[in-house]
Amino acid sequence: MAGQEQKSTQPRGEDEAVEVDVPAPAAPEASAQDTASTQGVDDLLDEIDNVLETNAEEFVRGFVQKGGQ
Amino acid sequence: MGSETEFGIHAPTSPGANATYLSSQVIAAYARLTRSASRAETGWDYTDETPLRDARGWSVARSQAHPDQLTDAEPVLTAEAVALAHGPAEIELDGDQEPALMNLVLGNGARLYVDHAHPEYSSPEVTNPRDALLWDVAGDAVALATVRALAGDEARGPINLYKNNTDGKGASYGSHENYLVPRSVPFSDLVRGLTPFFVSRQLVCGSGRVGLGQDGKGPGYQISQRADYFEAEVGLETTMRRPIINTRDEPHAVADKYRRLHVIIGDANVSHVANYLKFGTTALVLSLIEAGRAPQVEVHEPVSAMHRLSHDTSLGEKVRLLDGRQVTGLELQWMYFEAAAKLAADSGVASADGGDGHTAEVLGRWERALTDLGGDRDAAAGYVEWLAKLRVLEGYRSRDGLVWGDARLGLVDIQWSDVRPERGIALRLAARGSLETMVDPGSVAAAVTEPPPDTRAWFRGTSIKRFPGSVVSASWDSVVFAAPGSYRLQRVPTREPLRGTKALTQGLFDEHARIEDFLAALLGERRT
Repeated sequence: MAGQEQKSTQPRGEDEAVEVDVPAPAAPEASAQDTASTQGVDDLLDEIDNVLETNAEEFVRGFVQKGGQ
Repeated sequence: MGSETEFGIHAPTSPGANATYLSSQVIAAYARLTRSASRAETGWDYTDETPLRDARGWSVARSQAHPDQLTDAEPVLTAEAVALAHGPAEIELDGDQEPALMNLVLGNGARLYVDHAHPEYSSPEVTNPRDALLWDVAGDAVALATVRALAGDEARGPINLYKNNTDGKGASYGSHENYLVPRSVPFSDLVRGLTPFFVSRQLVCGSGRVGLGQDGKGPGYQISQRADYFEAEVGLETTMRRPIINTRDEPHAVADKYRRLHVIIGDANVSHVANYLKFGTTALVLSLIEAGRAPQVEVHEPVSAMHRLSHDTSLGEKVRLLDGRQVTGLELQWMYFEAAAKLAADSGVASADGGDGHTAEVLGRWERALTDLGGDRDAAAGYVEWLAKLRVLEGYRSRDGLVWGDARLGLVDIQWSDVRPERGIALRLAARGSLETMVDPGSVAAAVTEPPPDTRAWFRGTSIKRFPGSVVSASWDSVVFAAPGSYRLQRVPTREPLRGTKALTQGLFDEHARIEDFLAALLGERRT
């Protein structure tokens, strides 16, 4: 089955908290549009907070699939 | 063309339950729903399946094949698997257990079945990307209907379905596309023309994934759900050593006229635009290859190039071409876009009058996506799925100071694709207008029960709906009837995908209400 070999050479684990280079989706320069966009994301997160499964740790651990095509 | 969607399956209160058994319960739940709603479904006809035939001109011996490759026989659920369904030694099987139902053909022409350990919806054949999107979204509605139906089961608890491709721990399951290609196009032309396109297509239609590497343990975020699971350039397998170009030669059609190109590198998309562009742009590239006008590019080490492009959300990563050039994924996509736009202009296929009504829209949306991805990423986040998801994840990271290994980000990644509109994050975004939609709920509801009118799926779906008790099985290229009182089965081949349309067969259905008369007229007509 896929994934049985440990191929990743990346550091792992939460303690190491390695950040990878992922730029923020918003444009870098500050503008009225940026503020509106940030506000939109905040509203969105508030909405998502209410529907997220309650125990993230347990859910993510329990979401185990068999391989498929 | 058509889609195949394998859903992730999760029974939160039955950890350790057998996934194949759970999947069979999903199929059974839909069978109960369709029967009670007087819609119809029927079993699968395996006669014409050839999963071991390779497009490069040979077949794998059955004895040499991995059991996962033997998709030409009904999967058998063992008693042990059923017993494990509720967790180890938890309950005894009771007498009213549903029989393990593994396969249905639906009244809309689709197939709903257990594929390995997942419920899979294979859409009916359609002729254009808009219909491909619509009948794929109809599959999400089918999945939702089963989740609702199973939600109240007190013994087993609910079963939830996810339109994604990985559990983030090493397992991956696919969402495939199929395209009918003239057999006269050499397979090597397909490999050469498609590989650079597939290496970069994820930038437009990837659905985004938390975690790097097959086991997802590398911290970070990447563009594609599937990219890391690909290990080969060309091959027959779909469950191991996955290749960028799959060679399964199982045409489900007139074999010397067509091949079915089986595309396995795609991500499952909840974003309508991403899903639409996945089908639309690939179809345009196939037209380029057929016309001998695909861009002349070859990517050095395409598997690793695909991985690297997936891992770089800044889109600055470059891949090396065999001619020495270094290009970004976006530049590769632009090459294909420009060649497709030129071909469309030369042939008139995208013109307002005399065009095909689809090419102009695909080109327009493709150009917009490439332009936005290269500049206005905020705009792109309104329809490019991996960017929309990244936007939410970055929101959590900056608001709550989460690092990439945090379970909440992993949760958002999975719950993004929950098929329930109240739970699925992508569907929540769509409901509030933050993720662009292209098909309305009314059209989707219709596509759940109605087959597309312009392919053989019309004949298949309408036969099943009109004569529910008399269609004993069906497949892409056959419908098998059993007239009442007759011991003889009548197998009607449907090898030509563009026959059996509404225009060709509606009259026959209208004129003959009785199955005996219908078959006599149909077969009489076919004999002449």
